[in-house]
Amino acid sequence: MAARPTFDHELEQLNTDLIRMGALVEEAIEKVVSAFQNEDYQLAKSIVEHDRQINEIEKIIESRSLSLMLRQQPVAGDLRLVSTALKVVTDMERIGDQAADIAELILHIKGPHIYEVVQHIPDMAKNTKQMVHDAIRAFVDRDLELAGEVVRQDDTVDDLFNKVKAEVVKIMKTENAPVDHGIDFLMIAKYLERIGDHAVNICEWLEFRQTGTINQTRLL
Amino acid sequence: MTEQVGKEQVKIHVEHLNLFYGSNHALKDVNMDILENKITAFIGPSGCGKSTFLKTLNRMNDLVPNVSIDGTVELDGENIFSPRVDTTLLRKKIGMVFQQPNPFPMSVYDNIAYGPRIHGIRSKVKLDEIVEKSLRSAAIFDEVKDRMKKSALGLSGGQQQRLCIARALAVEPEVLLMDEPTSALDPISTLKIEELMEGLKKDYTVAIVTHNMQQATRIADYTAFFLVGEMVEFGTTEQIFSMPGDKRTEDYITGRFG
Repeated sequence: MAARPTFDHELEQLNTDLIRMGALVEEAIEKVVSAFQNEDYQLAKSIVEHDRQINEIEKIIESRSLSLMLRQQPVAGDLRLVSTALKVVTDMERIGDQAADIAELILHIKGPHIYEVVQHIPDMAKNTKQMVHDAIRAFVDRDLELAGEVVRQDDTVDDLFNKVKAEVVKIMKTENAPVDHGIDFLMIAKYLERIGDHAVNICEWLEFRQTGTINQTRLL
Repeated sequence: MTEQVGKEQVKIHVEHLNLFYGSNHALKDVNMDILENKITAFIGPSGCGKSTFLKTLNRMNDLVPNVSIDGTVELDGENIFSPRVDTTLLRKKIGMVFQQPNPFPMSVYDNIAYGPRIHGIRSKVKLDEIVEKSLRSAAIFDEVKDRMKKSALGLSGGQQQRLCIARALAVEPEVLLMDEPTSALDPISTLKIEELMEGLKKDYTVAIVTHNMQQATRIADYTAFFLVGEMVEFGTTEQIFSMPGDKRTEDYITGRFG
C-alpha cells in the first residue's frame, strides 16, 4: 500500500467531501420538512443560505475529481470512485436546490397550512425525508441492501404524489377555490417527488461504484 | 485451465508452460490463447516473467544457458518445441521488435532487404517491392524514401524503431512480438508506433510487453497480468482495467504495489 500515499490521501479527501455533502443534503431535507410542518419562516429562510454551501462543496468535489482524472488517470475501483463522485454530486445538488425551492414556496404561501388541507402531503414529506436519509446512509456505508430499500420506497412516494395530485385537483374544483395555493401545493409535491428520484439515483451510483453496473447495464 | 476468450481464431495456444532458469522457476504453469489479428498486452512488475514468456513464443529462450522448458506452445496447432521445427523458419513466422531500436549498421534499404535476402530473394525488383511495402506498413516510407542508401543509424530513435518494425515485416511474419517497443521513445514517436500497431493488427497477430499501463489500455484488445512467474489474470483489456477479477491485478494496475 506504500506505493501511492498521495493518491490514496486524495481519494480519501474526495470520499470525505462526498460524506460532508451528503450530510449537508440530509440536513437540507430535514430542515425543509421541519420548516414546512411548523410553518417556521426563519428556518425556511436559512435553507436558501444552506443551499449555497451545498453548491460550493459540489464545485470542490467536481474540481477534485477532474484533477484526479488529469493527474492520476485512475483505473478499476479508483476510476469508479472518481466517476461516481462526478455523477452523484449532481443528484445531491438537485436535492439541495429542490429543498430550497420548497423553502421559497413556504415563504410565499399565505393562507391555510398545506398539512391541514392536503391530507397526503405530511406522509409524502416524511417518506421523502426518509428516502434521502437512507440513500445518504447507504452511499456512505456502501450498503447495497439499504440502497435497494430506497428504490422500493420510491414507489410509495410516487403513489403519494398521485394521491396529492388528485386531492389538489379536487380542491381547485371547489367554488372560490384558492387556485394559486393549489398550484403551489402541487409544485411542492412535485419537488418532493423529484427529490425521491434523486435519492434513487444516488443509490444507483452506489451500485455503479460497487459493481460497475446500473440496473443490469454494465457501464464499465 | 486454459483461459478462453471470445470465439475468435486462436493463433498461439499455450498450455501448462513451465520455464526454469537453472533452479529458478520463471514461468509457472501458464495457460493462454493468443487470438489472431488482435493485440495482446503482457503487463506486470519487473521480473514477473512477461518478457520471458514473450521470448518463449519464438524460442528466443533456447539461447539462454541452463534454461529448461516444459509444456506446450502451439502456433496454428503445431507445437513449436517439436524437434521437426526449424527455429529460423519459426522466427520468420514470429518476428520480434525489441526495447532499444537496433538497426543494423547499414543503409535503410539494406536493413529491410536483409531478411528477405537471407531467405533467398535475389531479384532487385522483388526486393524493391518488399522494401517499399514494409516501410509503408511501418508508416515510415515517406520519411526515408529519399535516404534509402544512407545509414539507418542517422535516423531518430522513433524512426529507427519503425524501421525495425519494417525490417520485421519484410519477411512476412504472422505474429509480431514487441518487447517494450516504445519505452525508449518520446511521446510523439510512441503515439506513431501505437497508431501503427492498430493498423498492423489487420494483417498480423501482435503480442506486446509494456510497463506503460496507459499504453495497454490504449492499444491492447486483451491483457494478461503476470506476477512472479504466474499468469494471474487474462481477459479483455476493458475488463482487466475496469473490473479485474483478482485483487492482485487491481492492486498492480492501481499502483498499490509494483
